[in-house]
Amino acid sequence: MSALEKDSEQKKNEAKQAGEIFLQELSRKPSNDSSFFSKLWSAIQIPFLAIFSGLFLGALIIVFTSPDVYEAFSKGLGTGLKAVFSVVGNAYGALFAGAFGSPSKIMEALRTGEKIDRVFKPISQSLVETTPYLLSGLALALGFRAVVFNVGGEGQIYVGGTAAAFVGFAFADLPRAIHLPLSVLVGIIAGGIWGFIPGWLKAKTGSHEVINTIMLNYIALRLVEFLLTGPMTKAGSGGMPISNSVQESAKIPLIFKKPLTLHWGFLFALLMAVLIWFFLFKTKWGFNLQMAGANKHAAKYAGLNIGIWTVLGMTISGALNGLCGANQVLGVTYTMGLGVSAGYGFDSIALALLANNNPLGCILSALLFGLLRTGSRNMMSNTGIPLDIVSIVQAFILMFIAAPAIIRTVYHLRAKKTQAPAAVNVSGWGGK
Amino acid sequence: MTPVLELKEITKQFPGVLANDHIDLKLEKGEILALLGENGAGKSTLMNILYGLYQPDGGTIFINGQQINVHSSIDAIKAGIGMVHQHFMLIPVFTVTDNVMLGEESLILGDILDRKTAAARIMEISKQFNLNVDPNAMVGDLPVGVQQRVEIIKLLYRDANILIFDEPTAVLTPQEADELFKIMRSLTDKGKSIIFITHKLREVLEYSDRIMVIRRGRVIGETTPDKADQEKLAEMMVGRAVNLNQEKNKAKKGEVVLQVQDLVVADSTKKITVHGISFTLHSGEILGIAGVQGNGQTELEEAVTGMREFESGEIQISGKSIRKIKPREFVEAGGAHVPEDRQRDGLILSFPVEDNLMLCTYYKPPFSKNGILDRREIRKNAENLISAFDVRTPSPLTDVGTLSGGNQQKVIVARELSRDNRLIVASQPTRGLDVGSIEYIHGQLLKKRDEGCGILLISSELDEIMELSDRILVMYKGEAIVTVDTEAVSKSEIGLYMAGISQQSVSGSETVAEKSSTGE
Repeated sequence: MSALEKDSEQKKNEAKQAGEIFLQELSRKPSNDSSFFSKLWSAIQIPFLAIFSGLFLGALIIVFTSPDVYEAFSKGLGTGLKAVFSVVGNAYGALFAGAFGSPSKIMEALRTGEKIDRVFKPISQSLVETTPYLLSGLALALGFRAVVFNVGGEGQIYVGGTAAAFVGFAFADLPRAIHLPLSVLVGIIAGGIWGFIPGWLKAKTGSHEVINTIMLNYIALRLVEFLLTGPMTKAGSGGMPISNSVQESAKIPLIFKKPLTLHWGFLFALLMAVLIWFFLFKTKWGFNLQMAGANKHAAKYAGLNIGIWTVLGMTISGALNGLCGANQVLGVTYTMGLGVSAGYGFDSIALALLANNNPLGCILSALLFGLLRTGSRNMMSNTGIPLDIVSIVQAFILMFIAAPAIIRTVYHLRAKKTQAPAAVNVSGWGGK
Repeated sequence: MTPVLELKEITKQFPGVLANDHIDLKLEKGEILALLGENGAGKSTLMNILYGLYQPDGGTIFINGQQINVHSSIDAIKAGIGMVHQHFMLIPVFTVTDNVMLGEESLILGDILDRKTAAARIMEISKQFNLNVDPNAMVGDLPVGVQQRVEIIKLLYRDANILIFDEPTAVLTPQEADELFKIMRSLTDKGKSIIFITHKLREVLEYSDRIMVIRRGRVIGETTPDKADQEKLAEMMVGRAVNLNQEKNKAKKGEVVLQVQDLVVADSTKKITVHGISFTLHSGEILGIAGVQGNGQTELEEAVTGMREFESGEIQISGKSIRKIKPREFVEAGGAHVPEDRQRDGLILSFPVEDNLMLCTYYKPPFSKNGILDRREIRKNAENLISAFDVRTPSPLTDVGTLSGGNQQKVIVARELSRDNRLIVASQPTRGLDVGSIEYIHGQLLKKRDEGCGILLISSELDEIMELSDRILVMYKGEAIVTVDTEAVSKSEIGLYMAGISQQSVSGSETVAEKSSTGE
């Protein structure tokens, strides 16, 4: 090797080293005493970027399926691009306004004191929609913490709703202080039984809860259909699967006056989220539940009877779904019908994952789902873009949450340092 | 003479660690070079680079003075480099011949396997190096030591001249290990060269020609067995003076803490693996259970600690007979358990260190009051134990799964030994750990013994058993083949017992304390 070559080689190495040092500096691990905000950011960056990416891809689909955009592009590139922005802007604007209400109108109403109830209607509706998501999401999150995969949310919501409806209309002349709690309690118990069955089967026979809960969904659906067309049917409904309306004394009261439909069920659900969080992370029973889920061998070593905790995990999960059904019947529809669960039992799987199975995180992700769902109705009526686009956006968000590697690659985030195999390998809001 | 193998300035950077930092290595023809270092020192990385499994970031490899590039194991094999992995790469349901041929089949007429020629070649190799392997035997039927020889034949069949052994004795009985080293010597006598990776000091001193010590990716030094001793090597490995032979006071035996009578235990497949074993453990003594892995020790451990129900017999803890003991009752009765499979049974890897440090007693004060966990007490306990037991963790909130094996084990030992216990069942307490951690854990066990605990030590490391135990029970095929005082027995005798040779055939064993095996 000539001296010149050697020299250039050395320079190359030096440059390489400098580059490496620079890269190391850039990618240095945040130290342990990092500020609250950097901790917060590292906890929420994946869900945040997932939501952003989901909305972005949703926008692309809106653009590609819009006839207006194609027409505008045939007129020229400039008009085409303009059309792209206006279509997406209109769609997401309508989504936003449908979910939160229009900011300018809210300001106006607050200033003049007129039509206050009207401008808060969207946000109230969003919170009503958030409630079942939250309750069912809590059910799933608690299940995941105990490593039981409760896909039986739909069935549990149906039986919970039906049982609550039955108590709600069958007992007349009860004071509300008794009638409402009783209806809710019976709904919870019915859902709990529907969760207990697959939990018990798993503990006793080892049969997988995913299969059993799915089968129980069918059984619940048909059973409820039978009850609603037969013994429980509304007089004069002509065989429609719908129950009698619940008594006034069994309805969950509204927080404000109509047309604001927000009811006390929402606050109750928030309270449940805090309770479940406390149960999971602050009590020894929650510790048991998570321990049995995280490593059953070590849980046995630590002195647990695993079977009991599997059953208990499924039962509590089912009970929360039953509460979700009762909430819908007693707070929203006032009658049991087959449409009482608009897929909450399934959507909540995703919701819980987005929240990293943290009950408090569930509040945020349930809000997101509730807002999207409510806003999408406005988007459809204003722009003609179908509701389903929101399902697609949700699906994208979940995909990114479930596979955070995609997000990390796209946004060049550092991989988390190697972690112990977690029970459920997803990241999301909160963390423990 | 040109060395058969020379590595120059090999460097390998992994994210966050410099696994190999400009390592130079020379291997002469016909020599056994021992590569000594703690876990994570970079030995395996270096060998994997040589074998083409990793690409180095810098440095060159020379074979017989010629520079070569090793991009994959195929290149390595072509260059005459072969590796015997710690976990064998054999197919148990194939014969020796089939296993050896795999990937290097001799064929006739294009596509038909020629087993005869291959078998003949295997016989020839086997004879030449005294390997004593039957080419037609089914690999799954062979003892572990012979399986390892099949691996060696695989390399010789491919004309390897440089053989790398990765922790070759980890799976062998002492006798099998001696046998292996004889074979290694006969290989070098016939012109092969050997590198063997280990962290066992005794082997290095006994069997190698030259010793190279690696620490934190760097060559710390080179020496020869006649110039070194265990203390010196350990110090080179760890970077500080290590107390290898723990000073042991005389055992002060007290009352009986554990009595096992005619215990019969079945494994998960309902096969009886412990056939009526009986022994007594006193406070203040360590009873070592020796034996080759898989002779019923695991089931014995699980039965005593309540992890497994037993078929018949009796277990008494502190004089209380317990038919169906549960793990929690074992703990309540003053028991501590360091389980064999630490990651499966002893820890919840996805939980933080502080939660793991209260795993067996979380349900009662001070950790939980009225069902509510007291996080402040939990943290206090964790901080105390972390500093008392020298657990290296960034914080009590770090997931225990991210710690190194040695520190994970320290978490278990800290938790179990910190309780006020009378009986400790420790199974393979130092498996896979480095010298520093082993020293520490041994010290803790002896300290507990002197405080009056009865300790049941189950280990397949004979050195560990000999060093710590006051009495030794050797298990073979589920039976207590003998129970002896450690002072009255030599290591080779124990080795013979471990291989199932009963005491009648061991000469001069009349001192063996037979009466202690029947319980006093």
